[in-house]
Amino acid sequence: MFKKILIANRGEIALRIIRTCKEMGIKTVAVYSTVDRDSLHVRFADEAVCIGPPPSRDSYLNIPSIISAAEITNADAIHPGYGFLSENARFSKICAENGIKFIGATAEQINAMGDKASAKETMKNAGVPTIPGSDGLIKDVEQGLTIAEQIGYPIIIKATAGGGGRGMRVIWSAEEFEPAWDSARQEAGAAFGNDGIYLEKFIEDPRHIEIQIVGDQFGKVCHLSERDCSIQRRHQKLTEESPSPFMTDELREKMGEAAIRGAMAVGYEGAGTVEFLVDKHRNFYFMEMNTRIQVEHPVTEEVINYDLIKEQIKVACGVPISGKSYYPNRHSIECRINAEDPDNGFRPSPGRITHFHSPGGHGVRVDTHVYAGYVIPPNYDSLIAKLITVAQTREEAISTMERALSEFVIEGVKTTIPFHIKLMKNPNYRAGNFTTKFMETNDFGS
Amino acid sequence: MNIKEIQELIRFVAKSGVSEVAIEQEEFKITIKAGNASQNSGYYPAGQNQEVMQVAPSTPKPSTIIHTPPAFPKNDQPDTSHLITIKSPMIGTFYRTPGPNKENFVNVGDEITPGKVVCIIEAMKLFNDIESEFSGKIVKVLVENASPVEYDQPLFLVEPL
Repeated sequence: MFKKILIANRGEIALRIIRTCKEMGIKTVAVYSTVDRDSLHVRFADEAVCIGPPPSRDSYLNIPSIISAAEITNADAIHPGYGFLSENARFSKICAENGIKFIGATAEQINAMGDKASAKETMKNAGVPTIPGSDGLIKDVEQGLTIAEQIGYPIIIKATAGGGGRGMRVIWSAEEFEPAWDSARQEAGAAFGNDGIYLEKFIEDPRHIEIQIVGDQFGKVCHLSERDCSIQRRHQKLTEESPSPFMTDELREKMGEAAIRGAMAVGYEGAGTVEFLVDKHRNFYFMEMNTRIQVEHPVTEEVINYDLIKEQIKVACGVPISGKSYYPNRHSIECRINAEDPDNGFRPSPGRITHFHSPGGHGVRVDTHVYAGYVIPPNYDSLIAKLITVAQTREEAISTMERALSEFVIEGVKTTIPFHIKLMKNPNYRAGNFTTKFMETNDFGS
Repeated sequence: MNIKEIQELIRFVAKSGVSEVAIEQEEFKITIKAGNASQNSGYYPAGQNQEVMQVAPSTPKPSTIIHTPPAFPKNDQPDTSHLITIKSPMIGTFYRTPGPNKENFVNVGDEITPGKVVCIIEAMKLFNDIESEFSGKIVKVLVENASPVEYDQPLFLVEPL
């Protein structure tokens, strides 16, 4: 087992990792930028070293500084958390070259899953359903129509150089194809200087449902069921839950099996998440794989009752897994509390927290690095706390969340607590009736 | 003894395997005990450590060793407020010489100008020359040769010209 782990991260996840290390009797090293000197992860670690000024590229993304910190503290492993260097193949490789165990995926695995095109190819070859589409750009309308027939309507025309929804058109039948093709190409040409077009099946009313997997160093992979993360604003998740209200036992078996197959295809080691889009007919399609621990991992921890950080550390140390998969026997919801103003376009609200009282009681968990008096620096993301509830049923998990949100006091900065209170009352949310379009089609008054 | 010297001493005690170091000077005395009960169980009965600074703080209070200034009487210290501090621009290992058996880059009393290499900081086997940004005279060297330094750690005190 490792003697000392350096946590190459900050904020709530750094504290999360330190907690598990403490329980396992592993010494911890925190690294921090000058502006994070008073952060909780720095106080709770056994040792702490300052690695640079506030900008991430000079501190938390600075590979030589982090390796140097591990060298001077004699750390034998590095846990990268999420974000920052957690999916940086070069960093994973450099750790290996310096005799430090990177608690995460190997450089090869990160690269295989990092490139969308190659990830899709790998998954397809492993028999994992992927979004049907054209193999490359469409030459002309005739080819387009043929491929569209093969894929099956509705399809979406996408600009290869595209972004921000431009150069995209949804087509519901062959008659609509040619005019849509012309207009999309024109828009793409004008916006990106590149009118290259490809086609994909249009997933109707998609839900974002992801499967947590864990693989050991001996080729075994298991799954820990799903999390539903459909409620997003500009592709940022706001709340997550497990199990998904849209899931059935049969779908879970199929998706779990597919996720395992995909992970095994790259010999995956560690905790990872395979993300899928699920349409209204319960067809599921591979979207991407995240080769790291995710922000919303507590939701899975609560419903299957396992410490996922501990599993990551054990697997990194060569402990084999049983191969058994795990199913939720309770219901858990997480609300991400951000220092943002939900009444003003969710604008970030850094500053000093003057009052902080976190909720408690049965079924309530708060993962946070902040406290009264803490100054939220403007240099990093706005997540300040994760509020997680767990109960026997979804209804009870929601009412526990409502009760906990009403007790949660954070003053001095604006937070998204009022937004979550409204969300919990929303009838569509309560009915489990949501797709990734939820935030666009439900009004929260801002 | 200032906070940096105490930090160095603590690191030395922790690394060296020495279990206890006691130093007595005119104004104060310090005792440092390393490790926890598993190493010295018979020798250090629990609860006796009121004046002892633990090497590895195990409670979630701010670590006074690494972060906050100590509450030692400063009235006999010379006034250093006019001196410039050269701080480390990176984390790594501090070296006073270009190589083993070579002369120090600078010594106390030496004059330096902007661009003069004052030390090397090594990280990941890369040796970085650290140049002075100031003109002045070296008054004090704050770090031992071959010891670890963190970002912004004071290295030299310089009397500006």
